[in-house]
Order: sequence, then structure tokens, then C-alpha cells
Amino acid sequence: MSMILDPKIPSGPLEKKWSKHRGESKLVAPNNRPKFDLIVVGSGLAGASAAATLGELGYNVKCFCFQDSPRRAHSIAAQGGINAAKNYQNDGDSVFRLFYDTIKGGDFRSREANVYRLAEISLNIIDQCVAQGVPFAREYGGLLANRSFGGVQVSRTFYARGQTGQQLLLGAYQALQHEIAEGTVKMYPRTEMLDLVLVNGHAKGIVVRNLVTGEINTHAADAVILATGGYGNVFYLSTNAKGCNVTATWRAHKRGALFANPCFTQIHPTCIPVSGPYQAKLTLMSESLRNDGRVWVPKKKGDPRSPDQIPKEERDYYLERKYPAFGNLVPRDIASRNAKEVCDQGRGVGPSGLGVYLDFSDAIQRHGESTIRERYGNLFEMYQNITNENAYKTPMRIYPAVHYTMGGLWVDYNLMTNVPGLHVLGEANFSDHGANRLGASALMQGLSDGYFVIPSTIANYLATQMGKKASTEQPEFKAAENEARCRINRLLSIKGKKTVTTFHRELGLLVWDKCGMARDAQGLQEALQKIPAMRAEFWENVNVLGDGAEFNQALEHAGRVADFLEFAELMCLDALERNESCGGHFRLEFQTKEGEALRDDEHYCHVAAWEYAGPHTRPNLIKESLGFEYVKLSQRSYK
Amino acid sequence: MNFKLKVWRQKDGASPGSFKDYDAKDVPSEASFLEMLDIVNESLAASGEDPIAFDSDCREGICGTCSLVINGIPHGPGKGTTCQLYMRRFADSDTIWIEPFRAAAFPPIKDLVVDRSAFDRIIEAGGYIVVRTGSAPEANSLPVAKHDADLAMEAAACIGCGACVAACPNSAAMLFVSAKVSHLGLLPQGQAERESRVIHMVRKMDELGFGSCRNHYECEAICPAEVSATFMARLNQDYALASAKKVLAV
Amino acid sequence: MLIASFMSVASLSPAPVRKFSKNPLIAFYQSSIGKKYVVAGTGLILIVYVLGHLVGNLQIFSGQERINAYSKFLHDLGPILWLVRVFLLAAFVTHIVATIQLAQENRLAKPRKYAVTGYQRSTMASRTMLISGLIILCFVIYHLLQFTLQVTDPKFRHMHDSLGHHDVYRMLILGFKNPFVSLFYTVGLFLLTNHLSHGFASVVQTLGINNRKIASFVASGGQTLAWVVFIGYVSIPVTILLGIIK
Repeated sequence: MSMILDPKIPSGPLEKKWSKHRGESKLVAPNNRPKFDLIVVGSGLAGASAAATLGELGYNVKCFCFQDSPRRAHSIAAQGGINAAKNYQNDGDSVFRLFYDTIKGGDFRSREANVYRLAEISLNIIDQCVAQGVPFAREYGGLLANRSFGGVQVSRTFYARGQTGQQLLLGAYQALQHEIAEGTVKMYPRTEMLDLVLVNGHAKGIVVRNLVTGEINTHAADAVILATGGYGNVFYLSTNAKGCNVTATWRAHKRGALFANPCFTQIHPTCIPVSGPYQAKLTLMSESLRNDGRVWVPKKKGDPRSPDQIPKEERDYYLERKYPAFGNLVPRDIASRNAKEVCDQGRGVGPSGLGVYLDFSDAIQRHGESTIRERYGNLFEMYQNITNENAYKTPMRIYPAVHYTMGGLWVDYNLMTNVPGLHVLGEANFSDHGANRLGASALMQGLSDGYFVIPSTIANYLATQMGKKASTEQPEFKAAENEARCRINRLLSIKGKKTVTTFHRELGLLVWDKCGMARDAQGLQEALQKIPAMRAEFWENVNVLGDGAEFNQALEHAGRVADFLEFAELMCLDALERNESCGGHFRLEFQTKEGEALRDDEHYCHVAAWEYAGPHTRPNLIKESLGFEYVKLSQRSYK
Repeated sequence: MNFKLKVWRQKDGASPGSFKDYDAKDVPSEASFLEMLDIVNESLAASGEDPIAFDSDCREGICGTCSLVINGIPHGPGKGTTCQLYMRRFADSDTIWIEPFRAAAFPPIKDLVVDRSAFDRIIEAGGYIVVRTGSAPEANSLPVAKHDADLAMEAAACIGCGACVAACPNSAAMLFVSAKVSHLGLLPQGQAERESRVIHMVRKMDELGFGSCRNHYECEAICPAEVSATFMARLNQDYALASAKKVLAV
Repeated sequence: MLIASFMSVASLSPAPVRKFSKNPLIAFYQSSIGKKYVVAGTGLILIVYVLGHLVGNLQIFSGQERINAYSKFLHDLGPILWLVRVFLLAAFVTHIVATIQLAQENRLAKPRKYAVTGYQRSTMASRTMLISGLIILCFVIYHLLQFTLQVTDPKFRHMHDSLGHHDVYRMLILGFKNPFVSLFYTVGLFLLTNHLSHGFASVVQTLGINNRKIASFVASGGQTLAWVVFIGYVSIPVTILLGIIK
């Protein structure tokens, strides 16, 4: 408990911090840059933009991703857009307003200095992406179009159809491919990071497995950058891609990096419900549907009638009833929580009972089917493709699902963890979204970190590392490589009776139930008891076929699930320790009389950073207290 | 539902492959095609047989990782990617043939998994606009006609899955290359490198062993991103004009 | 329907490496699109020739004098006629050579076919371009031997009309009176029609003229043109066999 966290926030007024910091940061001269080897793990928005920019600066970069191409990272699936305080709409937006909205949206659990920098850089991101050829939507005059998003009062979201994440990622990917062609970046696709290598306490390399040949080897570098995304797949079912995992950040955590706020997870209210145990993935439907759809469930428990047979007076439009001012448009966390509540009461709909109706019949009556088709045609089509139901005729069924994780490895203002040399970008770090992320802000953060922050801040570390080159011949590398190999051999030698997916599904169900949309101490304690038992069973009874020296998808999955089984415990512990409700973290014990999240700023206005203390030891909690100089802490209300 | 599967199994790129028969039993009609394979794999693993390897990631039709040729059709019947195909599209007790994408430029890795990194090589050859980070001008200083921007977006929608190559009897990568060349060539930002881009990308495409276009438009018919074949006409024109300029040294 | 070859070895031959000359013109031809341009350009020349030849032939319906005079006019062009013939022959040969080179590259690009075929958009015409082209080549050779070089029936060489011109009119009637000749001619023309019905739209696409606005018009226009060619040419043997032209 002795560690003191220094976030290294520059002094001075908020709006000057970033420029002051850049002015005072150390530099690496252009002729020295090629002497530095950098490792970037992950090739999503943060990883690809960082690798490309660092390569362009002249550093010698190696970039790794488990996908078959850097273009496939899960950033690609982001639909809505990217925020920037350009104020092109002349509607009163500003850097400060974007900063304020992000802090408030995060329920006052993020750092002022980081968030202000993010809002400032948002301007440069749009310039950069437009110059790269990202085909943002435009007005007839040829200038950029904006839309409003996620309940803020200005239109500051830039978008490319419903494929903004794809287009931004392709922009970063193309920049990366250019650097690969230039020879400054070497790309390692289908390569998974298995461990971090420390030399004298500094991050100096990684252990990787070639997923095609199964070969395990090590890479040394002067600094390691992780941009490996979030851990939403700990819930098994989520809107994340199948491959998303916690392995890289968890391995770094076990090597000493602090894991911050792991209990901050975001649940999206409008997803297509689970249809059966075989299901592998949940699909998100745009939140915009709530503009015209009315959410309801039958008043009677277990009502077997089809929705059209249930008369109006026997329906409970619960959001409209409880939140007359915002109605169906309450924020994500509130909509999600209420859906869970009515389903827990046994009033859920659909075969599983885990779903609520999103009914467009009133909107169709009012505006006509053609207007609704115009607004949401593609979404209705997608819904029909997946569920085989026509939402023009019968109400949609929706249910919340995990889709983003705000927690991640703890980083300072330079995006460096407490482990010197280890930097973390994008969703993998904890830094900018507090307890809840605003819509269209994930893309902004990934690109801000990758294009603009890390290329400048990493020099602060590198400048101290001249002439301290690590080599894969060092015993630290050999030891880490050996450990990774032993672990894989162990997984393969168990030859138990249950498949990896079975364990993953069981773990997911448990944490979804106990550490999902609503949590309480009792449930969390129960989970904390069950997870170690599940983990023990995994290591005795998992069945991983094939061998390590080949393309083996079951083995990849097994390694990831093994890490989720460890990480889940930390997530539940963090949720148990945070005796308040804030943002995505809702503790049933801590709510206002109206059922709203009740923050405890006196005791919990801090970042909870956890230090790994060994396999059977409770991790140490280290707090970074959050100071608010420029915004006033207030209670959110949507009544 | 029950199905008879004929699945291509191949240990690795150096080994011969063959079709193997599997029964997919008690598959819910709401399951996606990949979930059906997940179910089969779970039962294979339980019986100690190596599961069928296939690529997938986002499972919502955008990442372009999933592949498969189902009954001779890349991504199977209907619009969209394999991950967006649902078993209710098939009749009970159907026989379903499942093969990997086949092309010399996409060498096999295992079972239904192939190596599509040739597409990355093509983008490396010129599929970008070089912008030094931080040097970009103010975004609205360069207006782009809405029509051009929309058309560029249509081309940019390509998900790089490689189904166009798989569907083409000649394994041509023309639709993929034309999508990127058109996306960047339609925008004012992309003009400076327009000629070198198209020449380098086409040459790289040829060097990698992709075939040539015979205008069958199988690619357009199966493209999950609905990229139009008319972009290939644009590519032909761009390439010819760029080559002519080179020949005439203007 | 199933060509499945069980237990067959996957092709292990590495993708063929294609190199490009420093000379931009040669490099253009070495590229796939360059060769396609050559095929399309020569194809366009041949389409124009097929239409011109049709206009000439249809003069048979204007009577013996008219078509024989037309034939004399052509022969009187002397060296120009030879120039045109050489040009057409060159276009024809280039069209075939470039296509065969492309076909070889394409065969290497798709070393293994699917067990089940699932064509979605391609047509019989588009898939049989190579074979229809090669049969047309045979047809053209026979056609030249018959009517141009007149080696199949030596008496064609000695037919003259009342003005002393070579009697093309009688030659055609005599030739097509043979139902086998007419049948072979019709089959050849059918294949040409097939070839053109894909070929015309293909030329427009490959030369980069196609766009969204004209795409469907080009496709249907190409088919219409092909069938006009078929009806035009085949009307001659049909009317001769039916005895309408004597």
C-alpha cells in the first residue's frame, strides 16, 4: 500500500496544460529516432494511428495484431460518429463544452486535465482524417455535416453513414500501410501477445505467439505500447468482436501495471435479445430507434399473449411512467437498468423472458409507415434478418448488452503506466471516460491518443533510455518465453471434459448476473466465491484439442478465457469496493429514493487502481483522488 | 433443423485437403451460419475430433474477417457476409457444401481459413493519401461536392473480405482495387497521388497473382458491401490515362 | 452437378510472379488491365468490321448488280483494301493472342474450382467467351477459304455476271443452297452473337466508358446489337434456302 500514484498533470490553467506540457516535454532528435525500437500491440484506431505516426516520426516500430489484417480491429464496428468541438453548426459548442459534457457524462470520475486535452485535440483529429480522405457526410455546399448524438445539446458529431468507425479505421490503416511500405513499421498480423517482459522493472519487450504456426518468440524494444481494446467479452455475450480479450492488459497487470476502475462497464440498452444458448454474439441496434419506439412490457407476469392481443391498459410503458420528462429517451444506463428490473419481475417478453418491446405502432400511425421506413429502414431490415420478425407489424424485442469498458490500465498524463516504458492507449486505458462514456467519444479518444498524444509524450520516457537497449538474449526474455510455453503446454495437457466455450459461457452468465447492469454486495460476494472455483475447475477439466505448434483456435480461446477467469475476480472486487453508484456502475444499495444512481463524492471521488499481489492474494487498492477545479460536481437527474 | 455438411478439411497449407461429411443436428433455425458451425465444433471437440477452423470476428458484417464459400457462393445465399446468414434460409436436411475462398493469391492456412494478406500488400502499394500527422489543413478549407463525397463513401464501404476474388472465376481483385482507387481518386485530397496510386496498385495486384477481369460481375453480385462494378470501369479509365501520361511523359 | 474430387491435393504452386518493364508502353501491355484494353480495343475494331461487312452483305437484297458492283468497288481499292485487310488481320490476331495470354494468367490465378458452382450474375455468354471465340476463329477460317480465297469450291472463281464483274451474288446463292453450309454459317453466327452479346458491354466497361447511368443501357444495347447482327447475317442463307432470292 506504499505506492503513490503521480498522474503527472502539468500545472497551470486547464486550457494551457497541454501546450505547456508539450513545450516542456523532452525530445528525441530526428537522427536518434531510428535507434529506438517501439512495440505497438493492437491495430485499432489507437494502435494503428500510433504505429503510423511513430513510424512517420522515424522511430523503428513493430506492430502486432491477432487479426489477419490490421484493418479488422474492432474499432471498425463503431457506427455513430466521432465528436469534435468544431462548432461548425454555430450552436454554441466549444472545447470547454465538449470537455464539460464528457466529464459530466462520465459521472465525475475522470481526470479534468486528460479530458480537456481530449476535447482540444478533437479539432485536429477531424482535420487529419479529412486530409486522409475519410469520406465524412457533407452538406450540399460541400462542407462537413454534423448530427447530434447521445443526449447533448449541440450537433458536434461527424459521421460517415453508419460506418464511421470503419472509415476512421481505414484511414489509420492506410497511414499504417504507407509506413509499412516505407519500412518504418513492421507488421505482425495473426500474432498474439502472451506476456510482457520487464528488464530492471522497465517494459522492454513482449512474448508473442504466431497464430498460424504456433511458434512462440520474444521481441525486445525500448518501450511497449498497448492498444488492445476493452474487456467486454468477460461477459461472454457482448457486442464486442469474438476475438476481443483482456490478455494483453491482464498480463501487463500481472507484471505490475495497475488496473484502474475495472468495474466501470457500459451496457447498451438497444440490442437484439439472446435467442438461445448457442448464441455467440449480440448485435447492437442504433440508439436512435428510441426516438420513435415506445418501450413496454405486459403488466401481468408471464403474460403468454402475443403483443397485439394485449390491450393498451394492460401494458406498462414503464419508462414513460417513471421518467415523464425524458420518457423513452433516458440515458443508456437508466434505460438498461429498468429493462433488467421489469424482466427480473417476470414481465420480460420473448421466448427467454429477457426482452422488452420497442413498439413502433404509434409512430407508424402518426407518421405513416413510409416515414418510419425512411428513418430506420436499414435497422428494421437488419432486425428482420436476425429475428425473422417484421417490426412494422409486431413490436421489436430489445435487451441491453455490454458494449464498452471504461476501466483499463492506469496511465498518467503521458499515457504511461506505473511500469516505466509501458504505455497504454484507447479503450485499454482507463483515462478519459470516467464511469460512463458518451456516445461518439470512443473514436475520438482512440485517435487522440494515437495520432497526437503518444507521439509527443513518449519522448519523455525514451529520452531517458538512450543506450539502454534490451535484447531478447537476456534471461528475462528467456524466462518469460518459457513461462508462456509452459502455460500453453499445461492447457493442452489437461484434456478434461468441458470445452473452453462452456467455461466462457458459465463465467459470462455469472458476471452478467452479479456484476452486470445492477450489482449488490451480496451478489458480488457470491461471484467472488464462485469465480475461483470455476477457475480451478477450468485448469483441471478444460478440453483443448490439437497441439501448440499449429493453427489452433481452441487454444487461442483457452488462453483468453483463462485470463478472463482471473480478471473477472478483480472486476467484481472493484465493484464491491466501490460503495456508491456512478455511471455504468449501479449498486442497488446506493440509489436515491427515485431509484437514481447515488454518488458518494466524499469517499469515492477517486480512481481505484489495483496492484497485482500474487495468485492467491488480495490485490492492493491504490487510490488516485480526483480533483475538480473547473467543473462543479452535481447529481444527474432525468425526471 | 438438421443438415448434412460437406466441409473442406485441410491440416495446413502444405497438406492435401478433402471434403468430410458431418451431421449438424438440432440446429435452431434462429442460429446464424457461424453459430451452426460453433455447434458442430462443440460436438466435434466433445468427441475428440479437431474442430473445423474458420475465420470470424465482429459477427456483425463489418470487419470482413468471415469468409466461406457455401454451396459455391462466397458468403452463401443472400446479401451480406457469412456471419449475417441465418439457418432459416436453408431447408431442413439440406446438404451444404462449405469450402474456403479459393485463389492462388489467397493460400490456404487451415480448413476454411486462408491468407488474405495480399490485400494488405495492395494497399501498401499506394492505397492511401500521405498526410504527415499534424500538418493537415483546417477540415472545412477544402469543400467536397456532396455527390463526389457520397460516391467516394460508396466505394470506401468495401470491407476487404475478399469475396470478390473468391467469386471471380479468374480470382481477379479488380473490385477491391477499384473501390480503393475510386474512393481516393474521387476526392480532391487524393488527386496528388492519383496516377502513381493506380499504377502501383494495379501492378501489385498483378504481381500477387490475381487474375484479370472478364466482366462476369460475379463480384458485384456477392459483394456484401454492395460495391458497384462501375467502379471497375473507373479503375480501367484511371489506369489507362495514367499509363498514357507515362508513355507520353507528360 | 458435383465435380467434387475427393482426396485431391490442393495446389501448392506459388502464385506466379509477374514483372513489369521500365518502358511504360510495354509495362502497360504486361499488366492485366493493359492487355484487357488491347482485347477491348481490337474487339471494338472487329465489331465495327462485323457491322460494315453486314451492311455490304445486305446489298444482296438490292439485287445482283448492286452487290457485284460493291464487290468491284472493294477490289478496285487495291492497296488500300490490302491495308485494311492487314489491319483487320492484325487486330484479329492481337485480339486472340492477348486473350490467350490473359486466359493463361487466369488459369494460374484460380488453381482450384469449387465443388459446387453457384454462379450469380455471369451469363452463359460471358462464361463461354473463350470457347465461342475459338470456334468463331474456325468459322472465320472456313468462311475466308470459301468466299474470299474460294478454295472450297474452285468454280466460285470463274463466276462472272453480264458486266464481267465477279458474280458475288451467284456465289452466295450457290454457296448457301447447300443446307450444310447454311447450317454451319448459322451456327457460326450464333456463336458470334453470343460473343458480341457479352463482348460489346465488356468493351464499354473495359475501356472505362461505363458508368452507373449507362450501365443497364449498355448491357441491353450490346445484346440488341448482337441479335441485329445475327438476324442481318442469317437472313441471307434463310432467304436463299426459302427461295426468296434466286
